[in-house]
Amino acid sequence: MIKIALLLFIVLTVNAYLTWFERKVVALMQSRVGPHRVGPHGLLQPAADGLKFLFKEDVMPGGVDKFVYLLAPFLALTLALASLAVIPFGPNPLPFKFFGHQIDLWITNPDIGLLVLFSITALGVYGVALAGWASNSKYPLLGGLRSSAQMVSYELSMTMSVVGVLLMANSFSLTDIISRQDSSRWGLLSWNIFTLHGGFPQIVGFLCFFISAIAETNRVPFDLPEAESELVAGFHTEYSSFKFAMFFIAEYTSMITVSSLCAILFFGGWNSPFPATPFWQFAHYIPSLILIPFGLWIIYDGVKYETIFGKLILPGIGTAITALGAVLIIFPAVNEYIQGPFWLLSKIFFFLFFYVWARGTLPRLRYDQLMNIGWKLLLPVSIANVIITAGFVLFRGAP
Amino acid sequence: MNPALIVFFVLAALSVIGALSLILQKHPIHSALSLIVVMVSLAGLYLSMGAEFVAAVQIIVYGGAIMVLFVFVIMLLNAGEEEHTDFSKLAKFGGLPLALALTGLLAAAMIHHAGSVPNPANPDALASTSSISMMLFSTFVYPFELTSFLILIAIMGALVLAQREKT
Repeated sequence: MIKIALLLFIVLTVNAYLTWFERKVVALMQSRVGPHRVGPHGLLQPAADGLKFLFKEDVMPGGVDKFVYLLAPFLALTLALASLAVIPFGPNPLPFKFFGHQIDLWITNPDIGLLVLFSITALGVYGVALAGWASNSKYPLLGGLRSSAQMVSYELSMTMSVVGVLLMANSFSLTDIISRQDSSRWGLLSWNIFTLHGGFPQIVGFLCFFISAIAETNRVPFDLPEAESELVAGFHTEYSSFKFAMFFIAEYTSMITVSSLCAILFFGGWNSPFPATPFWQFAHYIPSLILIPFGLWIIYDGVKYETIFGKLILPGIGTAITALGAVLIIFPAVNEYIQGPFWLLSKIFFFLFFYVWARGTLPRLRYDQLMNIGWKLLLPVSIANVIITAGFVLFRGAP
Repeated sequence: MNPALIVFFVLAALSVIGALSLILQKHPIHSALSLIVVMVSLAGLYLSMGAEFVAAVQIIVYGGAIMVLFVFVIMLLNAGEEEHTDFSKLAKFGGLPLALALTGLLAAAMIHHAGSVPNPANPDALASTSSISMMLFSTFVYPFELTSFLILIAIMGALVLAQREKT
């Protein structure tokens, strides 16, 4: 229970700062400053946005189907958050007992973890489709129709593209899939995307999966359900106040889920990219090597910041980050312990950055292009990937 | 009363209520939503029997793909509320006795064979995905392949119908 509450709190905070991160990165890509008025570097912008969502008037348009209209955002948000329950964040349980319980770094770890995720994704369409239908308005209806067609089409190629990984791991359990990519000997060459051991490199599978997953989460360049130039705001046009925020949080949460799935299925999960030989021992200090300079840079940046508030708060944050890095060097046991979560979180962060990157660079697809890519490119390619991988697994003997 | 039994009764009640609401709702979307409730609670029942794979597939295929198509078609046709009509003569006079007879028959069969029904809590029967696939591709390979032929024929039939309308 405590774990669920804690994970919810962390994910919702990360969601809020993901919006800040996205706006900052897109702004840098377009030579703008991005949010910078609320707090130093706009760091309090997410809090301001959240408060604004809470205090805005909650408008319910006339003629809506009240039950379905209210159900849709709840469905979208709960399903998006529920999918986080099966994602494992680290290999070892917490090193100390908590009220006499061993605490694992996941909420639940069913044998069919991946199938649970896919069944939650399969139901996730309803939030968007029903929102579009229940709003009793043209643009949301079009957005809802588009999204249900798009999500049904891309779900096929998304599911097919992971079959290769499943064949190689011989299991649906996410922890089994990760432990199969154990990198202690060959480093990142044993990740599913590169490995030749007992299978076939899943690079094609990964590309199919990631493209379909972006389409499943309705993000640019597949954000046709909410194409603002044609459909105002698509399926959530008629939603205001916190009901709109619920769709927003759902979208960002599913971004996190997809990023962690990419990291787990294809990029070795919590396995480090370096082998566990003595030569590569220094790789264990990479978390500190990143944290300490980053913290020092924040202190330096904070000292010369314009506002008094920024001068106080930024060096504070910087000191905390530097201290964290120092703690990791001083206590090797702690450092060993955070290796797994550190690598998994870095990979997740990379894919989140990729989402933002794609948003900053790619134009939206046309609708017929979207359908063509889904049915005529991704689906056949992912099926071919399954057949080739199955052949290799058969040829080399099951793992 | 053990927890498994409570879970069973909650899910069973949910699926029955969902099925009733499917018939009684006036709007097609509400009926479709009720059907989704039925599908998901059935998946829960399968899960409580230890058939994890079947439960997940039930949600992915029925709850997800098929019901999304239903909702999609209802949205596309913009179907409005239906009007309740009187029962047809056949349903009025033949339906109720037949339904009662069927219920009686099923109940009698269940009571008669109560001992020989396999225990649903037996985890080895359907639990693992590999045992299901072994069964599908060895014992039940002909029914399995015949079913896929049936689906293929249905797809081809749909294509032919769609093409005929175009020309």
